[in-house]
Amino acid sequence: MGFPHKPHPKETVVLSQYFGDADARTYKGWTKRGGYQALAQALKTDPVAVTDIVKESGLRGRGGAGFPTGLKWSFMPKEKKKAHYLCVNADESEPGTFKDREIMRWTPHALLEGTAIAAHAIRAEVVYIYIRGEFTEPWTIMEQALAEANAAGVFGTIKVYLHRGAGAYICGEETALMNSIEGKRGNPRIKPPFPAAAGLFGLPTTINNVETLAAVPHIITRGAAWYKSLCLSNPKSTGTKLFSVCGHVQRPGNYEVTLGFPLKDLIYDMCGGPPAGRTLKACIPGGSSVPILTREETEACLLDYEGVVERGSMLGSGGVIVFDDSADMVYQIMRLAKFYAHESCAQCTQCREGTAWTTKILERILAGQGKPKDLDLLLDLAENMTGKTICVLSDSCAAPVVSGIKKFRGEFEAYLAGKRQVVMV
Amino acid sequence: MPDQLINLTIDGAPVSVPPGTLVIEAAKQAGVLVPHYCYHPGLQVAGVCRMCLVEIEQAPKLQIACATTVTEGMVVKTQGPAAKSARQSVLEFLLINHPLDCPICDQAGECELQDFVFQEGRQGTRYGEYAKRFNPVEDFGPDVLYVPNRCILCTRCVRFMEDVAQEPVLNVSERGDRAFIGIHPEARLDHPWAGNVVDLCPVGSLLSKDFLHKARAWELDKTASICTGCSQGCNISLDTRDEVVVRVRPRPNLDVNRYFICDHGRMHYRWMNRGDRIEAPLIRRDGELQATDWDEAFDRVVGILRGAAEGRKAVALVSPGASSEALAEAKRLLSGYSWTGAFQVVMGEEAPLAGVPNLALRAERAPNATGAESLGYTRDYAAAIAAAKTAAVVLVLDDPDCAVETDGALLYLGTVLGSDAPCRRADVVLPIANVAEEEGTFVNRDGREQRYYQAKPAPGMAQPAAWVLGQLVDAMGLAGATR
Repeated sequence: MGFPHKPHPKETVVLSQYFGDADARTYKGWTKRGGYQALAQALKTDPVAVTDIVKESGLRGRGGAGFPTGLKWSFMPKEKKKAHYLCVNADESEPGTFKDREIMRWTPHALLEGTAIAAHAIRAEVVYIYIRGEFTEPWTIMEQALAEANAAGVFGTIKVYLHRGAGAYICGEETALMNSIEGKRGNPRIKPPFPAAAGLFGLPTTINNVETLAAVPHIITRGAAWYKSLCLSNPKSTGTKLFSVCGHVQRPGNYEVTLGFPLKDLIYDMCGGPPAGRTLKACIPGGSSVPILTREETEACLLDYEGVVERGSMLGSGGVIVFDDSADMVYQIMRLAKFYAHESCAQCTQCREGTAWTTKILERILAGQGKPKDLDLLLDLAENMTGKTICVLSDSCAAPVVSGIKKFRGEFEAYLAGKRQVVMV
Repeated sequence: MPDQLINLTIDGAPVSVPPGTLVIEAAKQAGVLVPHYCYHPGLQVAGVCRMCLVEIEQAPKLQIACATTVTEGMVVKTQGPAAKSARQSVLEFLLINHPLDCPICDQAGECELQDFVFQEGRQGTRYGEYAKRFNPVEDFGPDVLYVPNRCILCTRCVRFMEDVAQEPVLNVSERGDRAFIGIHPEARLDHPWAGNVVDLCPVGSLLSKDFLHKARAWELDKTASICTGCSQGCNISLDTRDEVVVRVRPRPNLDVNRYFICDHGRMHYRWMNRGDRIEAPLIRRDGELQATDWDEAFDRVVGILRGAAEGRKAVALVSPGASSEALAEAKRLLSGYSWTGAFQVVMGEEAPLAGVPNLALRAERAPNATGAESLGYTRDYAAAIAAAKTAAVVLVLDDPDCAVETDGALLYLGTVLGSDAPCRRADVVLPIANVAEEEGTFVNRDGREQRYYQAKPAPGMAQPAAWVLGQLVDAMGLAGATR
């Protein structure tokens, strides 16, 4: 439900059913609401069969990449020779995304239950839950929930650690997260080897997003077929997804819809559209790292992995950032680039220098000192920053720049021609 | 050699390499140098500079040659437009904050940034009028300066200290374009092998204080040599400028020192440039040492040695830094005598390089003790000194401080002769070349015989000890004598 707003009739409430219900946070309250039944059921099932159920359900990673979850689990070594690790990626730091935060704030046991099921499926003996450093409230709640779960023996012999990040965006990248847990600098690693072969501490590791794991108990209790039936468009995108809507809408918040749901309805019906007297101008549909959509593209976009790609962007983490006609796209894009320049881990040359240079050029344009060739230069830099680095932070900086210049070129040209100045609000 | 080789094509050239080989190494076999900065065969792969991006057929995007393993039938192209443009862009990104102070940079002339930019960089800058990033020079350790403005953050130095020296005092500090190489606030870069970070640095960011502004790279002549600092036998290059040794650098040898040398060895060269050398043969005339020519000096030595050798004692006190050739000739020269040969080794502290097996600055600070031993010289120096007292002939080979006393004749072959040195009492003094001035071989502690070459001329009339002794052997008619 669109907490803190009332549930909207078009929502499909699965994960967000107990958002706002403080009693659901406790172990007692959670079991009263049917919690931990899925775990009991899963523990009676063979790990391979659990993985098959998740595979069958069509559940895909909700962190951003959309990789099929069951398939990822099945990559773990069949024959167990070393300890297996499970990492829970709760380092939600993608600008515009705040869904995992709500899951941890209101239904920590949903995450822990999904985690326990996943640990069973991949035969892990150690679990690390990596929580974003700035998430003070979710951290406290998770700590308490884990203590309760351990007291109730939810994890059996599995050791679960909560690990708090130190505030680096890049630590949400799976291999940087593992380095961070190991006490190293949070730098992404070169792949291969992939985590299932050599992950945390060099051992076979599966890493899943909070929302992905929170969905697993529902799949176990209600069945793969039920989950698969939650689909409004492309059959490759199943289930429900939380969308964190922010920006120029009347009711920002988390909304849970079945995949394939029209983005238009999410923005206009559920969130009330832009403030009165304003019109929609643009939308970033999947967190700050994905290309920007124009109004037309936004209104035609279906919210599933394929639907958003069809419109030229990506579903990403489901952080929907809405811009109305008052937004200065040049400024917005500069602000995004500045974020990436600040967060670049400094390993790869293109990212380290490119993100900062891109920001400088955008700042120069905004200051009215842009040069006629700046747009071509920005596009060329973006080209050089895409697909050439260890992780995709560099690509993420380039995506809004390229789509912004392509789709809102007029605004850039107005600055270059001196016809426009920054409006300081 | 593994049975199975992997066949691939690099820039049209077919190569066969063992499984597990990296594309960048396979390319070397095809005669292709893939430009790179962070990759170094002696360090763990980091894959961060992104300079070695190459096209691999059937791969969706460019791959880094330093982290991609060869597969059967792989087709690699390093000169395609995509790879070239990717490299050009990396060079552009590396240069936007680079000070381009090549005229005052020690690395100029042997700088990989300079080389690759010259080779395929962009003409002119697109960075515009922005000020370049500035950070002050930092003093990292006894011999290392860090110039952050020139740094390209390849992290070779960080990885060397972490994985090879296993004393992780360096790191990458800060993030994004603010990043720089940081040092632990309470540590110094004073590990006995720390100097290698200067060699590893592909640009002029880590500098040797010892070599600071001493010479331009293109003025240097490089000669293959063997380090005389200890018994490890590290392969080195003696860099000379105007016939003065100005720098010692490691020469790769995977079986001995890989790519590294210790700081002791690195600094162990100033004595090679000593000015107070013996420049002419000296013979004792009227109780004084007087300069003469080689012929007269040889005649005098032959005269001394000819005096009925049969059954008489001769003692050779030699330096374990003398070449095997000289040691063999010395032994042969005294073959008619009842012979004793000995050497003494200066001992120091052992300093291993943790990440490389069987590599250390050895406690035995002598390059050819093993060679001397194999020729029959003993370590029982005290006994030899005692025997020298009653010997008919004592030959001292490059051991000027040797506390020798004898009732017989004293022959001294050496490079220097201090004013109060015991060897000043010699009957004949013959000037010899030092290790930088001759060619010869040393046998290291593992029995590996290694050749070193002449880097500069010997002063005055000095000649290699092996030549001097060989001339005497000939003059004595001993050429057929067993060594």
